[in-house]
Amino acid sequence: MIAARFLRDGIDRRIGLLLAILLAAAVLVPLLNLAVPPTSSFHMPTYLVALLGKYLCYAMLALSLDLVWGYCGILSLGHGAFFALGGYAMGMYLMRQIGARGVYGNPDLPDFMVFLNWKELPWYWYGFDQFWFAALMVMLAPGLLAFAFGWLAFRSRVTGVYLSIITQAMTYALLLAFFRNDMGFGGNNGLTDFKDILGFNLQARATRAALFSISALMLSGAVIITAALVSSKYGKLMIAVRDAESRTRFLGWRPENIKLFAFTISAVMAGIAGALYVPQVGIINPSEFSPANSIEIVIWTAVGGRGTILGPVIGAVAVNWGKSWFTAAMPELWLFALGGLFIAVTLLLPKGIVGTWDEWRAARRARRLPNELAPVSEPSLAEAAARTARHSIDPGPQPAE
Amino acid sequence: MNKTTDTILYLDGVSVSFDGFRAINNLSLVLNKGEMRAIIGPNGAGKTTMMDIITGKTRPDMGEVYFDGTHDLTRYDEADIAVLGIGRKFQKPTVFESHTVEDNIALSLKGPRVVLSTLFNRRSAEEASRIDAILATIRLEERRNELAFNLSHGQKQWLEIGMLLAQDPKLLLVDEPVAGMTDAETEETVRLLKDIARHHSVIVVEHDMHFVRELGVKVTCLHEGSVLSEGSLDRVSEDPRVIEVYLGR
Repeated sequence: MIAARFLRDGIDRRIGLLLAILLAAAVLVPLLNLAVPPTSSFHMPTYLVALLGKYLCYAMLALSLDLVWGYCGILSLGHGAFFALGGYAMGMYLMRQIGARGVYGNPDLPDFMVFLNWKELPWYWYGFDQFWFAALMVMLAPGLLAFAFGWLAFRSRVTGVYLSIITQAMTYALLLAFFRNDMGFGGNNGLTDFKDILGFNLQARATRAALFSISALMLSGAVIITAALVSSKYGKLMIAVRDAESRTRFLGWRPENIKLFAFTISAVMAGIAGALYVPQVGIINPSEFSPANSIEIVIWTAVGGRGTILGPVIGAVAVNWGKSWFTAAMPELWLFALGGLFIAVTLLLPKGIVGTWDEWRAARRARRLPNELAPVSEPSLAEAAARTARHSIDPGPQPAE
Repeated sequence: MNKTTDTILYLDGVSVSFDGFRAINNLSLVLNKGEMRAIIGPNGAGKTTMMDIITGKTRPDMGEVYFDGTHDLTRYDEADIAVLGIGRKFQKPTVFESHTVEDNIALSLKGPRVVLSTLFNRRSAEEASRIDAILATIRLEERRNELAFNLSHGQKQWLEIGMLLAQDPKLLLVDEPVAGMTDAETEETVRLLKDIARHHSVIVVEHDMHFVRELGVKVTCLHEGSVLSEGSLDRVSEDPRVIEVYLGR
């Protein structure tokens, strides 16, 4: 396993710290929620557990986007589609778990199908009463879509802003399709009213705490896999494609295959994030496919720092924490704040929070030890300037959609 | 014409047009194994388009392009042709700037190009010694752990030549290797190319006549997409048609 090799070779200190925090959270959050009495000031309210769990799913989603955007140069404006597909696969399982407890009491058909006068379960709902099958579909559905999409797009050498536009078109097409009642996915109401998962009541505090822990563990796994991928020779090829695709091609590598693999893995990761998200928020509907959602993912990643492992995790949690606060305090201003944040980050912190922190540290170290470190000076002002220049050529996503 | 024995590259009657403009017009060119050839010609003569055809970036409308006897290059794409054994250096130095000098070479080393196997790949001792040898040849040993971004323009040119060497191609296409180089760097490049030409076939496209003279090899002058004159630099530069093309009519 590459993950094993990666662990043997030693983990980057910061990634180690992130993993430690995630593991600690996986243990502490349930403890503070379940074992500490509600009267204690250390008690963590249940709504906060669900909120943090949601952030972790978003962090995993941002990490999956960073794998293709930050490391391979593919700016996907449709990653929300993979997240939503994973979410729908999980939602279908949860719908089937309701059984005869629905409003209409039909043991086979979910409520919305009874309401629409459907006589029997459509074929594509078969198997979703089994958790293992749903879990497989959580990975397979986004993975296959990404594979088919990437196979066509990368082979035709669609790159840059054109690729971004067709990824956006893809998620928009799915949005429209899932809105239709005829599709059999609940139309614009989506799937909701879930009762239990694997026999555990979804409303129970213990189940919610467990879902949080699983999200933290899955995010840790995603971090390890991403870190292992980017530090392998394959990861170097991804960066090579990002920096100079034609050079890679003329060396005999096939950039389309390099991109296709990254894109597929990334979609599977996004699908798993979606599947963890749905039981924690209790609903999945077509709005998850909306292009604006996918653009938000890009903003989280850009704010945290693309091309770093830590960045998207920090960005997703920070921006969503800001969103939670903003939409409660002054909801009408949130979109302006989000747009302003993206513009500010693009202009002032083109490398995001983590990238800028690294640069500042490197500059400080270079100042302290001018003699020793000068020759191996890390990204200097010149590089920062060049990067900024390159960023301005980049097909930057537009925040004001 | 015998295209199987001593010939590494064989172009016959090649034409290509872009939107009605004939970039290459009935071009024929033969390169022998182990030969180094300099290609000169004014801007728009079709030098870069010729390289695009040989490396599979552009498909010719007409004509034959054969490599190493039997490979019809018009049937392959860039990656296939690179694996067959043609390496190309671009006009503008193109290296992986976020990678170290050493990693740039490592990614170029000849070997299987299966993407999935790179997930588990570890560098072998043999590969490490190949990398050392190439770094010595291009004189970048001292800077092996630096990002390619931090290299000077001339050093990037050398690094790119080093990446070509790592591919171990049978034929190297080198587009304007000394553009933007200092005199000292140019001399160093002459030495490097002569060294490479001992074991490889090389085509060099260059504007710098001084550099071409230093190379001391057979010269082909292109004009409007076909061969205008061929021979030693002295003979070509005395050719009245070449003089007319270069000095204007």
